[in-house]
Amino acid sequence: MAELLRQAWAVARKDLLLEFRTRTAIVSAVVFTALVLTVFNFGRDPTAVSALDLAPTILWVTFTFAAMLALNRAFQLELENQALEGLLVSPLSRTSLYWGKLLANLAFVAVVESVGLPLFVLFFNVPVGRVLLPLVAVIALATVGFVAVGTLFSALVIRTRFAELLLVVLLLPFLVRPLIGAVQVTARLFGDRPLSEAVGYLKLLAAYDIVFVSLASFLFRFTVDE
Amino acid sequence: MSLLHRGRWITLLGLALLAGVYVRALAFTPVERLQGPAQKIYYLHVPAAIWAETAMVLVGLGSIFYLFLKDRRLDRFAAASAEVGTVFAAIVLTTGPIWGKPIWGTWWTWDARLTSTLLLFFLYIGYLLLRGAVRDPALGARYAAVLGICGMCLVPFIHLSVYLFRTLHPQPIILKPSAPSLPGSMLATWLFSLGVFTLLYVGFVTQRYALSLLWEERNGA
Repeated sequence: MAELLRQAWAVARKDLLLEFRTRTAIVSAVVFTALVLTVFNFGRDPTAVSALDLAPTILWVTFTFAAMLALNRAFQLELENQALEGLLVSPLSRTSLYWGKLLANLAFVAVVESVGLPLFVLFFNVPVGRVLLPLVAVIALATVGFVAVGTLFSALVIRTRFAELLLVVLLLPFLVRPLIGAVQVTARLFGDRPLSEAVGYLKLLAAYDIVFVSLASFLFRFTVDE
Repeated sequence: MSLLHRGRWITLLGLALLAGVYVRALAFTPVERLQGPAQKIYYLHVPAAIWAETAMVLVGLGSIFYLFLKDRRLDRFAAASAEVGTVFAAIVLTTGPIWGKPIWGTWWTWDARLTSTLLLFFLYIGYLLLRGAVRDPALGARYAAVLGICGMCLVPFIHLSVYLFRTLHPQPIILKPSAPSLPGSMLATWLFSLGVFTLLYVGFVTQRYALSLLWEERNGA
């Protein structure tokens, strides 16, 4: 287990270092998030629909799109100069390669979300101060589910035609289930409802994370081996 | 008799019996008191829904065994089952609104069950798209298997929604822990129809399987 985490960390560190040195993808993803939030502002009639009613939708649609955009990057990066072959011949276990990619993607999406959340609060004037901690917990739970499936699928589509488009088509049916849970919990948090109302959804989110993280860790080896 | 012909005969038998299901449903089964004749679509809708979901589970099971045994027959079966499942999901999504309009007053509502069937349909479409997007057949089979297994694991999550959320959709009246709550003649018609749909599934899958076999022979794969 310690060895697995050490190898995973090496892969994640490599990805994040690469990202930190170029910064193209992360800056694009952050700007994209800001733009989606801006577009949402014009997509509603402020005199008819209050921002608070639409807030969970805005938050989650933005985060879902941002996460999908980020996931395309994970393995696309490795196609240049056959970097993936290099990773595969190195003494890495396939599971730790997956975990490394998962960690790097989680860090990437977390950065995008940590910029997106304050912008969302600023743009739509949503009072999140009281519920910040549970809100961050829900975002983390849903993001783990999104990224676990997304990392696996991004490895699945790299060798196909129209990889970016295909990833979105494959991924969205899998994201709807955690998305429903996340939106419901967020709506209850913003509406000052007791947390007990949201427990069912939280359990569903946690179950989804556990099932798909383990499943993807296991299935990943079949997507990269020749 | 070749596999293709056998599949064709099973399908033809299934289609003939499907006509029989409707003769029985319309002429020899009582009309439901509240829903009237609209309820007759139930004999088509529910068996199709059961097979649409079962087909996805079979795709997943075929995929698991394919990844371990590397037997091409399992991959052909998974591909065939996915295509037939897509058709059955399409039947569910067409018959549902036809019933919904007179009974609910709307063609579509974002009810948990409708949403989950729609997701299942999209899942099938994604699976078929992925199969078509990979040039190398062996690689395509492996990728499809990975997606098929994930799809199978998603089914419980989307099926759970039926019991977790309060929905507008009628609750299960046959496949539930307690005894079926409908008259015997309706149950008999329904079971007859479920049998016919099983036959249709087998017939379609056999034909599709035989076609991929022919395709592989022709392309020397």
